[in-house]
Amino acid sequence: MNSSAHNFKANAKVALADAQLQSALGKLKGGLVANRAKARDALPEFEALRDVAKDIKNHTIANLDLYLEAYEKNARAAGANVHFAETAADAREIILQICRAANAKIVTKGKSMVSEEIGLNDYLEAAGGLEVVETDLGEYLVQIRRETPSHIIAPAIHLTQDQVEADFRRLHTHLPADRVLVEPAQLVNEARQILRQKFMTADVGITGANFLVAETGSSIIVTNEGNGDLTQSLAKTHIVIASIEKLVPTLEDLSTILRLLARSATGQECSTYMTLSTGARRVNDLDGPANYHVVILDNGRTDLIGSEFQDVLRCIRCGACMNHCPVYGAIGGHAYGWVYPGPIGSVLTPALIGVKEAGNLPNASTFCGKCADVCPMKIPLPDLMRHWREAEFAAGDLPRVYRTGLMTWAYFARHPRLYHAVAKVGIPLLSLFNRRGRFAHLPFAGSWTRHRDMPAPQGRTFQQLWAEQQAGVQS
Amino acid sequence: MSAREHDNAAARTQFFAKLKVALKDGPPAAARRGNVELRLQSPPSHPLPERVNKSRDQLRQQFRSYLEGQSATIIEVAGAAEVPSAIAAWLRENNLPHAVRNGDDAWLAALPWTTDPTLQRDAGPAQADDVVSLSHAIAAVSETGTLVLASGTDNPVTLNFVPENHIIVVEEGDLVGPYEAVWTRLRTRFGKGHMPRTVNFISGPSRTADIGGTLVTGAHGPRRLCVIFVRG
Repeated sequence: MNSSAHNFKANAKVALADAQLQSALGKLKGGLVANRAKARDALPEFEALRDVAKDIKNHTIANLDLYLEAYEKNARAAGANVHFAETAADAREIILQICRAANAKIVTKGKSMVSEEIGLNDYLEAAGGLEVVETDLGEYLVQIRRETPSHIIAPAIHLTQDQVEADFRRLHTHLPADRVLVEPAQLVNEARQILRQKFMTADVGITGANFLVAETGSSIIVTNEGNGDLTQSLAKTHIVIASIEKLVPTLEDLSTILRLLARSATGQECSTYMTLSTGARRVNDLDGPANYHVVILDNGRTDLIGSEFQDVLRCIRCGACMNHCPVYGAIGGHAYGWVYPGPIGSVLTPALIGVKEAGNLPNASTFCGKCADVCPMKIPLPDLMRHWREAEFAAGDLPRVYRTGLMTWAYFARHPRLYHAVAKVGIPLLSLFNRRGRFAHLPFAGSWTRHRDMPAPQGRTFQQLWAEQQAGVQS
Repeated sequence: MSAREHDNAAARTQFFAKLKVALKDGPPAAARRGNVELRLQSPPSHPLPERVNKSRDQLRQQFRSYLEGQSATIIEVAGAAEVPSAIAAWLRENNLPHAVRNGDDAWLAALPWTTDPTLQRDAGPAQADDVVSLSHAIAAVSETGTLVLASGTDNPVTLNFVPENHIIVVEEGDLVGPYEAVWTRLRTRFGKGHMPRTVNFISGPSRTADIGGTLVTGAHGPRRLCVIFVRG
């Protein structure tokens, strides 16, 4: 997928001014946050399980070579074809070849963020002449608008019901023009009828994987709609595209992490469907795919092992970090400019496409820390964003004015006495101009005060107040 | 074809070589292998939620209450002999045709179907125009109100997703507390490390909230899920 992450600031400005987007975001976010809190409270073990889940993934990554070998061996024994793709281009080519070998014309797809990452649909359409149909309802809504998902589990969260209706009327022209499409259920039903035809005629079904289990060689998908299951059960060939960090050792490890996934994502006790697929259909089976392929993708992830960003490989793509992020909540997912939005995107995107392209993203954070608080896998997202800020500074990619500002501040921060001396003079000086407890304009801080006031200092510095308070405590 | 096979072998070698380099700061693979194999052979258990430590009766109530909360219908019958009439009654109640599609599950086949001669049963995987399907679950999980189905000729996987109405029969003896009890059963039934092609965990009818955040049942899979829970 092409990136516009370098254009983040302009993207964000457009998003903030988009009334339709703001209405969609305002309506939906409250629900996901409240539902997660409710589901967490209904499982007293939730917090303890986060530590267990973190340990499982850390252990898996520390032994990824061995678990990948075991997974491959068990998957092959059950009749799977396992393919290794180091890059996005490798993965696209492998999948196109499988589709060609299957004489495919129509390809249905379950939801897969990795397929977005590798730009699969465009490639299969352009290079392969295939009809590629997204079957997750949200993905379908996005596909027919030629957009990309704006959220990793709710791809069409940026769209209002009215927009969906307009799209259906524009595209489904074979249906009566005067049909009633007032209720969400009527829109869902129309999509159901159209996609049902595609399920029944598809030659290849492509899904992602939420997990791969080494013990059994299984790939796992988790859905509410059942579209992934129709995708992978009705076509003759089932292709799974999965990145290396989806691996877990055993079924017990799987169920432990599953307890966190749905609760963190939508606030459900569990998703409606959780499916383990192992190999192709058995000799006597009357249905299911005759061919089963798994494409294991690296695409830069191995480089993160042993780096300060390794923790990000624990991510299970639940979306809790973006649901709780004030920045995501204000601008939605498209402004981030690539596949993964929100805090996880701000860490993952620079790792996968480079800090030069995506350096704005780790800066798009208030460091409020909510993302780390809710991450089921305890990924220290703000810390990782800070590492990217350091990397960006070290690479010299920042504009001169930022560099100068940061270096000036750093100089004072490294010389505490000088810092205190300047603060002692500066703070009372500023408070002289304080009339209403805040500044509406400040020299050199125009981009701050243009949007909000700066609180005015109240006369003494924090250090002075702290010293006084400590003295008070001790006496 | 052979060219691609060759490419994959080379890609595989390269893939693992890169992984070994990335893991070079940790202990060597030979030192880690024993630990990894032990974990795969005897998977360690993790803490289970308190809610699975309940009496059989409470587990059954909990199963029922979660499942109902997830928009499914659950009908309890006193014994296997009552299953056909319970199915017929549910079909009547919902104005559905008296015809169900099922696999060649021996337990289902042995039920006294003759008590309801109007009920037609067709064998095989789901067809596009099937309205009702019937499956036999291998487990009912109390933890989240979930049915577990294993694919095969006895219970073809398409029955779970193609028809608009899905009836799942499950026996009380197959009621378990946590997901982990399902893993134990799968290992016993199919052999350690072996699985049927598909194992489906189903916790209600198909649903979506992708349009304006409104929850709608019947997205792509069944609009209705009816669970017949056989006591005893």
